[in-house]
Amino acid sequence: MRRFLRPGHDPARERLKRDLFQFNKTVEHGFPHQPSALGYSLSLRILAIGTRSGAIKLYGAPGVEFMGLHRENNAVVQIHFLPGQCQLVTLLDDNSLHLWSLKVKGGVSELQEDESFTLRGPPGAAPSATQITVVLPHSSQELLYLGTESGNVFAVQLPAFCTLEDRTISSDAVLQRLPEEARHRRVFEMVEALQEHPRDPNQILIGYSRGLIVIWDLQGSRVLCHFLSSQQLENICWQRDGHLIVSCHSDGSYCQWPVSRDTQQPEPLRSCVPYGPFPCKAITKIFWLTTKQGLPFTIFQGGMPRASYGDRHCISVVHNGEQTAFDFTSRVIDFTVLVEAGPGAAFDDPYALVVLAEEELVVIDLKTAGWPPVQPPYLASLHCSAITCSHHISNIPLKLWERIIAAGSQQNTHFSTMDWPIDGGTSLAPAPPQRDLLLTGHEDGTVRFWDASGVCLRLLYKLSTVRVFLTDTDPSESLNAQGEDEWPPLRKVGSFDPYSDDPRLGIQKIFLCKYSGYLTVAGTAGQVLVLELNDEEAEHAVEQVEADLLQDQEGYRWKGHERLCARPGPVCFEPGFQPFVLVQCQPPAVVTSLALHSEWRLVAFGTSHGFGLFDHQQRRQVFVKCTLHPSDQLALEGPLSRVKSLKKSLRQSFRRIRRSRVSSRKRRPAGPPGEVPEGSTRAERAGLQNMELAPVQRKIEARSAEDSFTGFVRTLYFADTYLKDSSRHCPSLWAGTNGGTVYAFALRVPPAERRMDEPVRAEQAKEIQLMHRAPVVGILVLDGHSVPLPEPLEVAHDLSKSPDMQGSHQLLVVSEEQFKVFTLPKVSARLKLKLTALEGSRVRRVSAARFGSCRAEDYGEHHLAVLTNLGDIQVVSLPLLKPQVRYSCIRREDVSGIASCVFTKYGQGFYLISPSEFERFSLSTKWLVEPRCLVNSAETKNYSRPCNRSSPEKASGQARNSGSQSDGEERRSGPVMEHALLNDERAVVIGVLSEWLWGTASATGEDAPKLLSLYLLLQRNEQDARPGCTMNTHY
Amino acid sequence: MNRSNRHGTGSGCLGTMEVKSKFGAEFRRFSLERSKPGKFEEFYGLLQHVHKIPNVDVLVGYADIHGDLLPINNDDNYHKAVSTANPLLRIFIQKKEEADYSAFGTDTLTKKKNVLTNVLRPDNHRKKPHIVISMPQDFRPVSSIIDVDILPETHRRVRLYKYGTEKPLGFYIRDGSSVRVTPHGLEKVPGIFISRLVPGGLAQSTGLLAVNDEVLEVNGIEVSGKSLDQVTDMMIANSRNLIITVRPANQRNNVIRNSRTSGSSGQSTDNSLLGYPQQIEASFEPEDEDSDEDDIIIEDNGVPQQIPKAVPNTESLESLTQIELSFESGQNGFIPSNEVSLAPVASGTNTEFETCAPDQKLLEEDGTIITL
Repeated sequence: MRRFLRPGHDPARERLKRDLFQFNKTVEHGFPHQPSALGYSLSLRILAIGTRSGAIKLYGAPGVEFMGLHRENNAVVQIHFLPGQCQLVTLLDDNSLHLWSLKVKGGVSELQEDESFTLRGPPGAAPSATQITVVLPHSSQELLYLGTESGNVFAVQLPAFCTLEDRTISSDAVLQRLPEEARHRRVFEMVEALQEHPRDPNQILIGYSRGLIVIWDLQGSRVLCHFLSSQQLENICWQRDGHLIVSCHSDGSYCQWPVSRDTQQPEPLRSCVPYGPFPCKAITKIFWLTTKQGLPFTIFQGGMPRASYGDRHCISVVHNGEQTAFDFTSRVIDFTVLVEAGPGAAFDDPYALVVLAEEELVVIDLKTAGWPPVQPPYLASLHCSAITCSHHISNIPLKLWERIIAAGSQQNTHFSTMDWPIDGGTSLAPAPPQRDLLLTGHEDGTVRFWDASGVCLRLLYKLSTVRVFLTDTDPSESLNAQGEDEWPPLRKVGSFDPYSDDPRLGIQKIFLCKYSGYLTVAGTAGQVLVLELNDEEAEHAVEQVEADLLQDQEGYRWKGHERLCARPGPVCFEPGFQPFVLVQCQPPAVVTSLALHSEWRLVAFGTSHGFGLFDHQQRRQVFVKCTLHPSDQLALEGPLSRVKSLKKSLRQSFRRIRRSRVSSRKRRPAGPPGEVPEGSTRAERAGLQNMELAPVQRKIEARSAEDSFTGFVRTLYFADTYLKDSSRHCPSLWAGTNGGTVYAFALRVPPAERRMDEPVRAEQAKEIQLMHRAPVVGILVLDGHSVPLPEPLEVAHDLSKSPDMQGSHQLLVVSEEQFKVFTLPKVSARLKLKLTALEGSRVRRVSAARFGSCRAEDYGEHHLAVLTNLGDIQVVSLPLLKPQVRYSCIRREDVSGIASCVFTKYGQGFYLISPSEFERFSLSTKWLVEPRCLVNSAETKNYSRPCNRSSPEKASGQARNSGSQSDGEERRSGPVMEHALLNDERAVVIGVLSEWLWGTASATGEDAPKLLSLYLLLQRNEQDARPGCTMNTHY
Repeated sequence: MNRSNRHGTGSGCLGTMEVKSKFGAEFRRFSLERSKPGKFEEFYGLLQHVHKIPNVDVLVGYADIHGDLLPINNDDNYHKAVSTANPLLRIFIQKKEEADYSAFGTDTLTKKKNVLTNVLRPDNHRKKPHIVISMPQDFRPVSSIIDVDILPETHRRVRLYKYGTEKPLGFYIRDGSSVRVTPHGLEKVPGIFISRLVPGGLAQSTGLLAVNDEVLEVNGIEVSGKSLDQVTDMMIANSRNLIITVRPANQRNNVIRNSRTSGSSGQSTDNSLLGYPQQIEASFEPEDEDSDEDDIIIEDNGVPQQIPKAVPNTESLESLTQIELSFESGQNGFIPSNEVSLAPVASGTNTEFETCAPDQKLLEEDGTIITL
């Protein structure tokens, strides 16, 4: 009876809960998924990126970040800052314009959408008449000139978006004012370029796609000059003094046109095809920038020889006889050049090239010889190789932090020393209270160490495990690929490299001990590496050990991948984490769980076949335990045996998705039932009948011992606790499987002085079979005060109170369905919380966290942070297992987001909202990392509160996010980007599959790629619950 | 044995009871002391003794006051037989190898007039094949209808007891829509329905659940607003002691209470929406307590044992190994599941089912079943 009462009606507890818990999505780390537009404000020194899902993100100095989402879920096509103002205009692919502004509220700036506008032509005009192709914010700060597909240029007044009919520059008007010989109709078509005269705001340059360029006098409504090119126009650039125009064309050429009032000279001064003479691709954008030294910079995109380099994504920089074609690994979306800002400055003097590629942002230092790249402090390309796992460590000791940074700095020598050039705005966020590391494992066998302390996720160090193994490609080869006299002078830039040499290298589990600097990583082919931090370069052999997890089991055949072949002999390792032991599981199935105890010098690892314990001090195996059920063929044969049913299962999934789409349509709450129009009900009924013919069914069956993958080891845990009797505690290893079994081993670790002489011994002490047989996802031992046992070495470093060894310990076993507390050493059930039985959700991630109170400085409670398969995040109290709060965090369909979630030890968390972005969230009132920043524009007239800048302390006092969730609606980073998840590269891969499956377009043909990608996501979810395949399989 | 013999000699006394035992064509008569019947094993030995069949395995049955042939195989039913025998206890003995299990059961003796001849001449019914149901070794529930007194008549709360793993629960659920009475009038709302019963499964064998029954609750928790997958997970998590409340598609077999004469479901649907949850909480709580507490722990000596609890559990491991008792579907008088309800209640729902009913076969064959 008691259990059905709603928990927590105690008012004091409710108040305390408000002090402890609060849910916020605080910041998005990483690189925006599917960027589609770039904007830059010279005066604010702020960069803006728009995405295909309608988000815009602004970045200034590190820590200065803003984000906005258009209500329409349309791609952002263009972004233009209004000159000298804290405002920007975006153009979406539905031809709508949106005005955004950075407004100061409570001491911090916020990005808000003010107005939106769609250009309307005269009634009956073709849609193309008003289809905007170019936007020119005029320096008067009040006007926007809009070039359209029809060739007309419209003027719109800001901020209200009033169309000024009388200022429209129609193509007819231009035609009439052209001299006789230039008047063919064919010179018009759409407006490709609009530029304001650098000095004279009354002149604008209009470029039409067929090659005509005119300088238009706004006051006199007349053509000042015109230039006629024989080639399709792509873009134009006006030299800073206004005396020269440079146009670029679709044949890969660019032309320089002198401007003088007197002669309307139609001939180019100079025309050249930089990568001729063979046919070249178009130069789509060009910058012509003057320098004090005299020689200009020419920077252009494209123009590569069509036949041999047509597939490259290049931006060329030409200056002073030097030429480099920066070669990007993904499509270039847009680029801009940072120049000296002042309009009065005589020269451009460019100092940095900012390139937005599809998968990363690259900034190149143009001041330093050799044009080295600048390391970005944010917008890190998390997915330069697909992320396969992540691991978070809170509160890193300064010593280790410095050593990691030192190791990383030696890897970054190729970067420019230039300060980050995009440095607008001021970050008001308090300095991060502690140093946090986020480790991401990648498909190519690397582990990246990220500084996750603050708003900017910054790469500190990159560890590659590839050197330990023999792979097909030798890493040294690629370095010398570039010859001396290559033409075009290509140079690879950027870090995005999605191609993995060998998927077996993928990292699946990471465990770092922050006190000792021991790191262990485990991968797809059953490899477990133990690494130690070394500040010097070293050459040594890695000791190899094989762990036969099948032991004496007979008659099994592994049909999966081979194990990796280790490189024999000594290997040279750069400073940083250097491996010294390699344990290879046999069969080489993916490592599914990993634990490291740095004090005992033990590593435990588990796969779908069993688990083992390795003593890395003595470098010998302590024991292995096979957890296989004899009937579990699937686990034995490896992942390949799944392939044969792929086609069938794809078909089934298609049907399933189709049906669930139908049913979800059905479930959408309609308005009042009486008002439903007749047609829609009929459609609904048809949909319903369709559904009834082929319903989604779910089998209701109790889990039996014969389910496959019951032996799959889900979790491993070291604890010093009372395993055998209540008088003596001893080291122990706990393992939980997919079949609801928990094994406990008592360990005997020799004392430090005899550590090398005596072997570590282990004996099985207990085995618990949960009757509900759900996968065990977490094991934790609580000490006498019901506090989770500290990490190894934590007490030795005086960072934690020593655990209470007087009172009786308790064992917490978390399965996907239930939480259970048992007494120790005699295992008897004390408490439980059923999650699945009561609400139908299943535990996906669980982690103990300390929640500090926002009121009392030193008050805190330990609780469990839980993520369910529905995407909800809950806090469950320890040790009484009472649900405290629940927030919905991730969409339940977003299985990859759910699978990628990690919690920190202080109530924050991260999950992937796209392959390249982590969303950071916080459950705690105390630990909240979010951008708080101020952007001021000196020129802004309507902004009259300069005092704000002087009082950042006050500002941080009345924190914007200090309230509870209730202010969620006005928060800009709330639900943003959630819908931006379907990703295209996956859809493309699958397009092929879908053709094969469906032959031709079926009823759902158009949706097929989308469906398939959904299917893969679904599959991944299923596999997440099962063993064998983890995230990397689909990248 | 001695004691029984002694009683046998003292027949005719007031506390004794006449026993007429029949094995094959032979009758034996003896008497038992009604107040001290002794143990079943002693009685079994006595029977073997009086029939002079000391080493033959036999099944013992008796005719109860309703004329049903019921088995005697443990102390409980033996005592029951003795206490209800009036005036005489009629015992029927069959050799185990030629036993006719179908002879046992409710209404067996009265319905089939020839049941005694069947017992007499076992070869009689070899002609017609019959389903061999295992001999009930012990009585235990397989399913039950509970909370009849507090539920609306149109609803049925069924409890399925899952022992061991021999028999699958055996049903499928699907999304669908049903019609509810709301303040705005009739409204179509999404619901969860039983889509299929596995032949031979527990759900089918109880006869209490049928295809197209709407699932309203799982172990006291309303399913409305929950997804199919959520409900699936809830049912599986509760599978050892599953209590589901359904609105049967066929409303003709509702339990009718005195006050109401007809099952008007429009009204009772309303009832179900109001003031309902409070009842649930009270109703099944005690049983739920012991449902899945019995995790097994193996200490280092290797002997499995159940995990002890603060509240000691009377259930032992033995209960897991017991053989299941089951009934043939249809025996309880339920109409086969494909039949469509013609009742005017919940008309929207029913018409839909009518249209889909002919496709029922197709449904079952198409079966895109995604196993969890």
